Amino acid sequence: MRSVFLGVVLLSVGVGMVPLPVQAEELRIHGFLQANYDMRVTGQHPPGPEGGDFLFGEERFQLRLDKSGEKGRLFIRTDFFHDAIANRPDLEVREAYVDTSVGVSDIRVGRQLLIWGVGDYLFINDVFAKDWGAFFSGRPVEYLRVPQDALKLDLGTRTVSAEIVAMPFFQADKLPPRNRFLQFDPFSGVPRSTQQPALEFQNTELAARVYGTTWGFDTALYLYRGFLRMPALQANQPSVPTLVTETFPRLAVYGASTRGNALGGVVSLEVGYYDSLSDQAGHNPAIPNSSFRYLAGYQQQPWEDFTVGLQYYGEQMFHYDAYRATLPSGFPSQDQHRQLMTLRLTQLFWNQTLRVGLFAFYSPTDQDYYLIPEIRYSISDNLWVSATGNIFGGRRPTTFFGQLDANDNLAMTVRYEF
Amino acid sequence: MKTWIVFCATVSLIGMATVGQPSAAVAVDATEIVQKSQAVFFEAGQDLKARIKMTLTTRDGQQRLRELTMLRNNYPAGEQKYFLYFHSPADVSGTTFMVYKYPNREDDRWLFIPALNLVQRVAARDSRSSFVGSDFSYEDVSGRDIEADTHRVVRTEALGSRQTVVIESVPTREADYAKKLSWIDQTTFLPLKDEYYDIQGALYKIFTADEIRDVQGWPTATRRTMTNVKTGHKTEVVYETVVYNVGLGDDIFTERALRRPPEKWLR
Repeated sequence: MRSVFLGVVLLSVGVGMVPLPVQAEELRIHGFLQANYDMRVTGQHPPGPEGGDFLFGEERFQLRLDKSGEKGRLFIRTDFFHDAIANRPDLEVREAYVDTSVGVSDIRVGRQLLIWGVGDYLFINDVFAKDWGAFFSGRPVEYLRVPQDALKLDLGTRTVSAEIVAMPFFQADKLPPRNRFLQFDPFSGVPRSTQQPALEFQNTELAARVYGTTWGFDTALYLYRGFLRMPALQANQPSVPTLVTETFPRLAVYGASTRGNALGGVVSLEVGYYDSLSDQAGHNPAIPNSSFRYLAGYQQQPWEDFTVGLQYYGEQMFHYDAYRATLPSGFPSQDQHRQLMTLRLTQLFWNQTLRVGLFAFYSPTDQDYYLIPEIRYSISDNLWVSATGNIFGGRRPTTFFGQLDANDNLAMTVRYEF
Repeated sequence: MKTWIVFCATVSLIGMATVGQPSAAVAVDATEIVQKSQAVFFEAGQDLKARIKMTLTTRDGQQRLRELTMLRNNYPAGEQKYFLYFHSPADVSGTTFMVYKYPNREDDRWLFIPALNLVQRVAARDSRSSFVGSDFSYEDVSGRDIEADTHRVVRTEALGSRQTVVIESVPTREADYAKKLSWIDQTTFLPLKDEYYDIQGALYKIFTADEIRDVQGWPTATRRTMTNVKTGHKTEVVYETVVYNVGLGDDIFTERALRRPPEKWLR
């Protein structure tokens, strides 16, 4: 059904004359050629043919077609690539949508990237799908985002606007693949199956954002009703499991954010209440409990072309006693109040053609860290090269970043844009 | 002393002003001249739409191009809103940038990156931040507060075929220069040349207005260059098209438009 949905959009775009209220006024064609390789530097490997020193390797060609007119717009971003690790060619439709306006509202239908919230690599009300494997292997940052097939409605006045998104097809987060990343597995060796939400009308995810700018502060309220995108692992029997099922429990998120100039820089604040609808009492250890999440950020430019960003993030779990009481013995327990800090440093040189940066995560509660040093040089307007490191570590091999300790890697990217 | 210089400047301005150019004679005070200069250079018309080509050239001749559409609207009390849409280079094509400019306080700035569908707030200091890697700072693009410097008339002199008054501006607030000299056209009040001096008193940046055209009655610098004398890097800005009073609505200067640029204004 998903491919039918997408097929309709693609066909309409391809034919360019089906029921689309767009006058052929301008067709813009852009894209890039890219080579992107990522090498693990620890010498440790997961078993299997794809568990070598290369975590990632590919050659990619992206084509962007953008046709705009007075009444609407068609946009397609398609990637053709060769996966050098699995040695197979593939295709990925990253975006394919139609924009049009009806009265005071704008409509976007098709595959699109959705991003909300004010966090920098920290997500509270940004409940949309992410590809953590891409992020941890130093791929260009746009690949952290997994596109979703959705219908989006934009409406509002000059002072208050709203976005309403309906996503009929569930898209889970993409976790680092087990055949390429060494990571903690509480059910090591047990066969797995995945049970995604059924393709039913009632399972359509809904997200809304109401936003506006007052006194220079961009302020927003958020609502989401759908599913957890990180799989919850359900074992068929607690003592000696023979099958583990990845499920996606129901979730609602209510939140708010604000961001604006203050204290000589940009200050941002965001909060969200994660309502675990499938287990509000917190008795099922396989389903994450409800939680309150918050972040505060500050960004400043102390001197020309140098920017510093700081963030503090926390996750306060509810029904912690119930969580502890039902957690199977031997399982690593999560802190009641997990906290995380981030630091971003960016310095530009040579008329902003050379960028040297560092992004660092550190959790004082998990006692783990993740460092992302990066250097990128634009050789010309069309050609850039970059090197990105991903360095993980922590006191325990069971925490979010600590488990990835053996996967420190170095990624190289070359891209020619046209 | 100051009064004396202003008096001299007034006399020479009146002396040079020909019949039919009363505006020059009225501008008796350096601050007033700078004010008039800013008004014609940054605030002409009620609004503006321009297609701009920026060429960045290194000392050894390597060039980079940026093409953009600029939309600007004026508001009461000296506030302005800018909306910029980048056509090229390819990796920033579709990027939009919006500025709410306020007199005497930090501007609000937003950047939209289409590849990420992401709107960011930009923390940048006007005076010290290069605009998209060019030799122009944000202030050079949208203007600096009059009160951020003290101004005095140094002399009057001819620059090419134009009669100018030379004004020295010394910052009282944060700036990337220790002194600036501006050659302001006595007739049009456009800045024809600016020289920026650093703390050691050395010249490091030169602005020139290379082509001035009359656009709907407003004298407009349609070609301008900023040269960094120290690095040899320079940036030329050409207004390929420029139109005033096109009737820009306030709805263009919103986050919604940032994410979804108004096609009809971009061509």
